[in-house]
Amino acid sequence: MTVQSEGVQTRSSNRGSGDGDVVASKRSGQSGKAAGIASRATPYLLLLPAALATVVLLGYPVVKLVLISFQKLNPFQLIQHVTVWNGFKNYTDQLTSAEFWHTAERSVIFTLINVVLIMVGGSLVGLLLNRLGKSMRLFLSVALILAWAMPVVASTTVYQWLFDSQFGVVNWFLDKLGWHSMANYNWFSSQYSTFAVIILLIVWASIPFVAFTMYAALTTIPNEHYEAARMDGAGALKIFRFVVFPALKPFFMSTAFLEIIWVFKCFTQVIAINQGGPDRLTETLPVYSFVEGVGNQHFGSGAAIAVLTILILLCLMAYYLRTILKQEDEL
Amino acid sequence: MRRSLFGRTWPNAVAVVLFVFFIFPVYWMASTAFKQNNDVIAKTPVFLPLNGTLEHFRKAVSAPGFWTLVVNSVTVTTLSVLLSLVIALLAAFALTRMKFKGRKGFILVVMVAQMAPWEVMVIAVYMLVRDNNMLNSLVPLTLFYMMMVLPFTILTLRGFIAAVPAELEESAMVDGCTRRQAFVKVVLPLLAPGLMATSIFGCITAWNEFPLVLVLNKESAQTLPLWLTKFQTNFGNDWGATMAASTLFAIPILVVFFIMQRRAVGGLTAGAVKG
Repeated sequence: MTVQSEGVQTRSSNRGSGDGDVVASKRSGQSGKAAGIASRATPYLLLLPAALATVVLLGYPVVKLVLISFQKLNPFQLIQHVTVWNGFKNYTDQLTSAEFWHTAERSVIFTLINVVLIMVGGSLVGLLLNRLGKSMRLFLSVALILAWAMPVVASTTVYQWLFDSQFGVVNWFLDKLGWHSMANYNWFSSQYSTFAVIILLIVWASIPFVAFTMYAALTTIPNEHYEAARMDGAGALKIFRFVVFPALKPFFMSTAFLEIIWVFKCFTQVIAINQGGPDRLTETLPVYSFVEGVGNQHFGSGAAIAVLTILILLCLMAYYLRTILKQEDEL
Repeated sequence: MRRSLFGRTWPNAVAVVLFVFFIFPVYWMASTAFKQNNDVIAKTPVFLPLNGTLEHFRKAVSAPGFWTLVVNSVTVTTLSVLLSLVIALLAAFALTRMKFKGRKGFILVVMVAQMAPWEVMVIAVYMLVRDNNMLNSLVPLTLFYMMMVLPFTILTLRGFIAAVPAELEESAMVDGCTRRQAFVKVVLPLLAPGLMATSIFGCITAWNEFPLVLVLNKESAQTLPLWLTKFQTNFGNDWGATMAASTLFAIPILVVFFIMQRRAVGGLTAGAVKG
C-alpha cells in the first residue's frame, strides 16, 4: 500500500531495489574473493551506527527500566547509591491496588473516546476535503495545517487560556449562548470537565493528520470507478459502500492503530494542562507512572507501572505491525 | 453531474465552520499576544486587537534566561537532527539498495523503535543519566532526541532513496564511478528534498519534546517547552505575556511546517506511515 504523493513514487521503486545488488555482485566477482567478503560486510557496516544507537540509547534504557521495576528505589536508596532487590513486590503492589486499576480503566476509556472522535472526525473532514472545490480545499487546509503544526506545549497553554474561568473566551461564548451557569465555570475543578478540555485539545490537534491521510487515500481512487458505479445505478450510499470504503479501509485501520498508540501513551497534554489533577483524577497510565516514580520518588513502583504500560502498548503494537506487515510483503 | 444548489453550498458552509474551529486557538494565541492588557481581560472579548502592543513580547523576551534557553533549544534540535540524518542515511541506503541476511528483521526493529514509548521510559533514562553524572547537560538530551527521531528518519529516507531509480546509480557505475561516488554524486543530490522534509519532522519532534527534559534538566539547562509550561506559573495570570511566549515558541514550527507541508505530507505518507 503506498500513498501517491508529489515526487515520491514508492510504488515502482521497491521493485527495482534488487537491481543495485546485481551490479554490486558482478563487480565483486571481478575483483576477487577479498572484495566479495568486503561487499558482503558493507550493509552491516552501514547499519552499525544505527544499530549501536538503538541498542545503547533505546535497548539499554528498556532493560534498565525492567531492572528498576524489580528494585526498591526510594530517595534513601537513591542518595546512598544502594541497590535493593525486592522481587515482584512492585508488581504485586500495583496489581492489587485499586488505584492502578482505576487508572488503567481510565486510560482505556480515555483512549477509546479520543480515537473514536479522531477517526470519525478525521474521516469526515477527509471526505469533505475531497468534495470541496480547489480554493475552498486550500482554505480549509490552511487551518488544518496550523492546528496540526501547533507545538503541543503551546497549544496546551492556549487551551488553558481559552478555558480560563474568568476571562476565557469559551465561558463567555457559552454564557452568550444562554448557558449562564458557565459564566465563571472553572473547567479544571472537576474530573470530567478537565478531561473534556484534554480530549478536545487532542482531537483538535489529531484530526488534521487523519483527514489528510484519508484525503490522500481518496485521491488514489480513479474517477472511472465512480463513473462505473454510477452507470450501474449506484446511489451516493452505495458508491460509498462499494467504491470509497474498500479503498479507505487499509488506511483507516493503520491510522486508527497509530492513533490508539499515540493517545494511550500521551503524556504532555495531560500533565501540562492540570498536572493530572484535580486530586489525581485525570492521571492516565503514563502520567501515573511519572507522578509515582519521579514525583513521589518511588522509582521502583513508577518503573513497574511503566513496564505494565509498555506491555499493554506492545500488545497494541503487535497487532498494528501484523496488519501493516500483511499489507506489504516486499517490506 | 450537476448538483443542486444545496448540494453545492453545504460543503462550503461546513468548511467555513471547520476553518474557524481549527484556526481559532491559533488565532486567539497570536491576537491575545498583541492585545493591550485591558483588552485581554475585557468582559466582552476583543476579537480584533486594533490598538495592538508589543509589550507582551518584550516581557517574554526579557524573562530571565530566555536567550540561554533559545540557544539550548536550537543547539539540541540542530545537533540531534543532523546526527540522526547522517546515521539514518547510511542505514536507509543499506536497507533499500542491498540484499543481506537480517534486513527484514532490522526494518521490524526500526518500526518498533519508532513507536518506543519514551513518555514512560523517563524513569530509566533519568537513572542512566544520573549514574553518569550527566544531569543538567545538553549532551544526553541531544543523544536521546537523536534516538527519538532516528527510526522515523530511517523509514522516511528509505522511501526517498527507493524513489531514486536504481538505474541512475547503475549507469553512473557503468561510467566508472565507484559505488560510493555514484551515491554521493547521483543519489545524494536527488535526495536533497527528502532530507529536508525528513529533517523538518525531526526538528519538530526535538523542538517540542517535553517529558525527558522535564526530568533531566533544570534551570539554565532547560529547553523552551519546559520554560513555557513554567512561564505561566511564574507570571501568574498574565495571559498576554504567556500567549506572547507561546507565539514565540510556536512561530518557527508553524512557519517551517507551512512551507514544507506539501513535501512533508508526501514524505510522511510515503515512508513512515506506509499503511
